[in-house]
Amino acid sequence: MGGPSSRPSWAPAGVDLDRPSAARVYDYYLGGFHNFPADREMAKKAIQMWPELPLMMQANRAFLRRAVRFAVGQGVTQFLDIGSGIPTVGNSHEVARLADPSSKVVYVDVDPVAVAHSRAILAGDASTAVVQADLRDPDRILADASVNRLLDLDQPIAILLVAVLHFVATEDNPLTVIARLRDAVVPGSLLVISHASQDGQPELADSHQRLYARTPTPMTMRSQSEISDLFTGFELVPPGVVPIQQWRQEGRPEDSSDAAGGAKRMVGFAGVGIKGWTR
Amino acid sequence: MDTVSAAGREGELAAVAAEWARTIAGTSYVPMELPEIEELLFGYAKQLFDVWRSEPFDPDRARPVGAALVDGHFTHPDTLAITLALLSRVLPSHGAAEPGASSRNGAVLGALAAGYASRLQERTFAEQDAIRAAAMTARQEAERAARVSEERFQAVFAGAAIGIGLGDTDGNILDANPALTKLLGYSVEEMRSRNVGEFMHPDDTQEVWALYEQLIRGDRESFRTAKQFLRSDGRGIWTHLTVSLIRNDRGEPEFQIAVIEDVTDLRQLQSQLQYQAHHDMLTGLANRALFQLRLQQLVAKPPAGKRIGVCLLDLDGFKAINDSVGHGIGDQVLVEVASRLDSALTPRGHLVARLGGDEFVVLLEDTTDARDVIAVAEEALAVVAQPVTVAGHPFAVTASAGLVERAAADSTDLIRAADITLYWAKTEGKDRWAIFDPQRSDREVAQYTLARMLPTALAGDEFRLHYQPLFSLLSGAPTGVEALLRWQHPWLGQIMPDRFIGAAEDIGIIVPIGGWVLETACAQAKRWASRFVDPLRVSVNVAMRQLTDPQLIERITRVLDDNDLRPWQLQLELTERAVIGSDREPLAALRALADIGVRIAIDDFGTGYSNMTYLRTLPVSELKLAASFIENLRATGTDLDIDAQIVRSIVSLAHTLGMTVTAEGVETDAQAHTLRELGCDTAQGNYFGAPGPPETIQRLLDDHLAHATMSGRGSSP
Repeated sequence: MGGPSSRPSWAPAGVDLDRPSAARVYDYYLGGFHNFPADREMAKKAIQMWPELPLMMQANRAFLRRAVRFAVGQGVTQFLDIGSGIPTVGNSHEVARLADPSSKVVYVDVDPVAVAHSRAILAGDASTAVVQADLRDPDRILADASVNRLLDLDQPIAILLVAVLHFVATEDNPLTVIARLRDAVVPGSLLVISHASQDGQPELADSHQRLYARTPTPMTMRSQSEISDLFTGFELVPPGVVPIQQWRQEGRPEDSSDAAGGAKRMVGFAGVGIKGWTR
Repeated sequence: MDTVSAAGREGELAAVAAEWARTIAGTSYVPMELPEIEELLFGYAKQLFDVWRSEPFDPDRARPVGAALVDGHFTHPDTLAITLALLSRVLPSHGAAEPGASSRNGAVLGALAAGYASRLQERTFAEQDAIRAAAMTARQEAERAARVSEERFQAVFAGAAIGIGLGDTDGNILDANPALTKLLGYSVEEMRSRNVGEFMHPDDTQEVWALYEQLIRGDRESFRTAKQFLRSDGRGIWTHLTVSLIRNDRGEPEFQIAVIEDVTDLRQLQSQLQYQAHHDMLTGLANRALFQLRLQQLVAKPPAGKRIGVCLLDLDGFKAINDSVGHGIGDQVLVEVASRLDSALTPRGHLVARLGGDEFVVLLEDTTDARDVIAVAEEALAVVAQPVTVAGHPFAVTASAGLVERAAADSTDLIRAADITLYWAKTEGKDRWAIFDPQRSDREVAQYTLARMLPTALAGDEFRLHYQPLFSLLSGAPTGVEALLRWQHPWLGQIMPDRFIGAAEDIGIIVPIGGWVLETACAQAKRWASRFVDPLRVSVNVAMRQLTDPQLIERITRVLDDNDLRPWQLQLELTERAVIGSDREPLAALRALADIGVRIAIDDFGTGYSNMTYLRTLPVSELKLAASFIENLRATGTDLDIDAQIVRSIVSLAHTLGMTVTAEGVETDAQAHTLRELGCDTAQGNYFGAPGPPETIQRLLDDHLAHATMSGRGSSP
């Protein structure tokens, strides 16, 4: 896959509903109906191969909810949610507003349909904005008018990269992308990452990657240590980079309805880092 | 309703809610923790039990609970299955004694399922509608953006001044913009019927098409090259060509885009400029720039043992041709000379260049020794010397040549050496060559260096005047002094004027030096005035160059006034050669000086021109006989002595013209005696007193004065 620079910014991508989209497949996993036959066909194949997938996605969603609450608990109420996908139940802004009504969220996604839908849903909501941009082009995200209008970059920001970095290939330099974002935010800002991993299930991960190769957003699984490296320049908050469902689980493990306990297999890793003052 | 059973019922409901929550966990994604879900389900369970027990029994009231589940995102079919199974198990346990319990169970669960299904259907439709609307919006946006993009591209494509062509990977041309069709002279239709391969040019390098093949195969994304094209009218054009590969979604090569810029004019201009920059427009020979370029290439990194030669040629007296017949004819002479040199020497592999004016150079790129460059010089001089006829005028043209031949590694000052050598050839009589001699050059360099030090010397007060007394041969008394310039160099010691006066004249500093001499000598004369019986006369040597100084007369008048001298007390000495060769301007100055009474003397008389008629026309007061005449004077009265006869004739002639005669270089008493016999007026020389610094001369004058005073008359020593 070529980088975002392979096409001039004024030459747009087409909208091909016959190709599955990661955002809509994700929606299907979560029990949504914002999807098309191609998306459902792919999702069903993936589930056949890997029956726990919906549980994993739920775990991811639950992690997002816990991480957003954690951020608000740290006093961070500005969110840059990159790879936000199709807005579904338990969106960042809903979770954040429950914790602090003044929270502001900018959603960023590369999928034009997801963006159009997000805009439709959030039309008239002054505390949110939706930007169509590619994570691999952080400068474009940071330069976007609505990002700068809604977010105060002089105050800490939580950068949410939930279940999105595995769509950034190694040759697209995810570390450079993160470094660019890190340099744009002030100390005290947070980096929230969850990431699919092949650790513990290499065969499954392989076939899963092959499946996603058909989408406009192929997948790159990473190991736990590779995922930890993504936090370069941030200090990890406890418990560090851990299996997604184990990150700051609330209550007793068996109490979770989010399939945290239900998913016996590991689905990936998650962590939250804070940009220190010393850097 | 009794409170105990109510409390028990609450507990039972809580247990149902807890089991319900636990068993449906994970079937659907809901953004809630387990306690929240339990609380929610507790409410739903209570509603359902209330419906079950309602009188009159209305099972439809269970429908909203089913809908609420969907609204709470319990959307997975498994959630419903588990819910129905659980409720069908727990509902009958409540008041199983009551009649129709199982039918009520079925009715409540049926209504719950119907409410769930109905709301799920609504939600499905709503979300499908929403995503379709979003897809349409996105598609419209993409199409609009594509349209804008296409319009932009079309505008660029159609309006570009640069040629743009699109082809497939088989080389079929699919489209060409107006600039390209204009560039190549084919219409778009003609272009579309052609293949890229048809635009191969006979002069294309293999590399260009190898690059093209690599690009088509997908081994390269683009390449840039200079390439020639043949237009439809057969005219060739030069272009800068950039070809880029366009890949499809699968990354396979699909199209090629060629961007072609016409640089024909630019290239022609460049080559023309390059030719002009390197060639002499008049003769077509290489010019100085090309000569220097070639020379630099030769001497930059020469192989060991490589030798080169330079033959620098300058036409003799070419200025006279230009002056007499005009530049047009002169130019034709130059063209003829250039053509001869070119046809004689270029075929031998030598570079013949015109450096400017009437100066040519031959560069020999590989010589064995000096004989090679001498042979070339002789041939060059020979071809130049053959008569030239231009526009009916026959011209005898000759040239002089300066030759240098040396190791290429040692060529830093090659041109300067050739220049010096050419100058030698000129001064040795022209129409000849001279070859560089480093010792001779070193001597001349030393003189040149002296010349460069003269301004410092003048400013640093390094000049001195020595004086030599002149004596009357009649009375034996001193009549005056001749001032003689000396340069007391801080580390070279005393330098005599013959070593630097020429250089001082060349660089013009002779004028201020001469001015200093004049002032110093006159000031000295004032101090010595009392030591002479008759008013003394001070002689100062003057270069012709000084006579062109417009302030000379004013300066002399002032100096005379300042030192209480009368004009005739100052004698300016000029060499015979200088006076004769002079232009009108210095002669006018001489006449003006003579008019105010300053005496003019011809120095070294007899060594230059034998023609003495000029003396009649010049305002000369005195002749100074060259020492060479005096040297050979022997015994008196021997009329056979030819030198004596010459002196006698000169003295006679001088007196006839109203001039006095001074003999220089008088060494002996006999010479002094003979000169007196021959009628010579005054004399100077070692016999009377060698030149010396003022204090020495002052002693000599004082001694003489004392002696004269004692004897009561002036006397010779």
